Amino acid sequence: MNLTNTEYKKYVKKHAVPSPVIKDTVKAFAAGGTICAFGQVLQYFYLWLGMEKEIAPVMVSVTLILVSVVMTGLGFYDSVARHSGAGTLVPITGFANAVVSPAIDNKAEGLVLGIGAKLFSVAGPVILFGTLSSVVYGVFYYVLKAFKV
Amino acid sequence: MSGIIKFGVRPEILASSAVGGYTESKGNLGRYFDLTDPTDKFGKKTFEQAESEMQRLALNFALKKSGLGPEDLEAVFAGDLMNQCTGSSFGLAGFGIPFFGLYGACSTAAESLILAAMSVNAGYFSRAAAVSSSHNSAAERQFRFPLGYGCQRPPTSQWTATASGAFIIGKGGESTGVALTEALPGRIVDKGITDQSNMGAAMAPAAAATLYTYFTESGNHPDDFDLILTGDLGREGHEICYELLSSSGLRLGENFTDCGILLYDSEAQDLHSGGSGCGCSAAVTAGFIMKRFAESRLRNVLLVGTGALMSPTSVLQGLAIPGIAHLVRFSSL
Repeated sequence: MNLTNTEYKKYVKKHAVPSPVIKDTVKAFAAGGTICAFGQVLQYFYLWLGMEKEIAPVMVSVTLILVSVVMTGLGFYDSVARHSGAGTLVPITGFANAVVSPAIDNKAEGLVLGIGAKLFSVAGPVILFGTLSSVVYGVFYYVLKAFKV
Repeated sequence: MSGIIKFGVRPEILASSAVGGYTESKGNLGRYFDLTDPTDKFGKKTFEQAESEMQRLALNFALKKSGLGPEDLEAVFAGDLMNQCTGSSFGLAGFGIPFFGLYGACSTAAESLILAAMSVNAGYFSRAAAVSSSHNSAAERQFRFPLGYGCQRPPTSQWTATASGAFIIGKGGESTGVALTEALPGRIVDKGITDQSNMGAAMAPAAAATLYTYFTESGNHPDDFDLILTGDLGREGHEICYELLSSSGLRLGENFTDCGILLYDSEAQDLHSGGSGCGCSAAVTAGFIMKRFAESRLRNVLLVGTGALMSPTSVLQGLAIPGIAHLVRFSSL
């Protein structure tokens, strides 16, 4: 009872049941792999339909986003994601879910200050820092190219 | 100096009621609710309004059971988990009862019971109500992520209960045969836990401190009680609290449990460490515990309402989560 804060934090950390990492990893691998394989099948399908080589992969992304959005809207994306973890988070499906879920959530607060203001509450940092890092990458690319490295 | 309040005139629980959501109806105590709604919306458009509606329904049920009207109540002490306590003020506005809005995080059920009992005991009011609630969807939105956002919760995380509990407290009359005999208001304990998904660990030291003080000062023995019930430590916090007390030489027995553990079948419902929220201890006590008193299967119970006193802002700013635990004793007449 008379533990210091540091001792207590150490004790709590030791006491906490850890996440089942191996089970979670296997499930994430299976879910992520399934999504990617599904994407590949879609790509073959779109090519078979006669789509151009540049258009087909874009259509695959659009389809995966659509599936993810519809699943979020119907309310069972999160039930899948609580098992699949990074498997559904890392592919484009996770990003779509991160944008759509606050949109649905904040509907009651209105179009502008609800949906408009909160739409990127989860995905916003990804967009911001993603864009920023692409700028940094661009600068490096430009400099290295100028010096013909 | 003893901090224990002994209620001389024994404020009684005239009636109580519990209202819950879908997950609660499927839990271990589903049948002890007066009403559950499988949609979690209680006929309202938003989850926030649903939480208010739960409080309104809970107080209505309690009034009906006691045969009293709102005009018979001289005050209501109420609280919830939402910003600025709107769950309570919006839900109870229609009754026209003098209103005290409380925020004790998940300890609000015990806090409101103590305040109502104190004011009845002191003679300021002849009857007062204590109401508290939490709504899983309203709380998740405020404290964590949007509802449909797909994420994994660690094993130590808890599930905010969608539930409300109401008690009507008065002197004598048509009572349930249960009186509030003692109370021990808790002190804020901050042990530096910052992990929002391990609130059991944040609150456990406060619960242990309150229980330790109670047993040291009152001279009572843990075996004197049929149940020693913490509010919402969950499995994780419950074990920590037990170990903290054991290391101080206070060994609690089989009668030591937690409302968050009782409310759900955590394993089958995949709710990790168990339930939390103001509604958790409120509904478990107002529904299940009061029913057991009525059946004479319980005669002496300690409720230690536990609360994690953080806000979404304090968590983002990296501040630790202070805990609090208020103790109240129920005894059959």
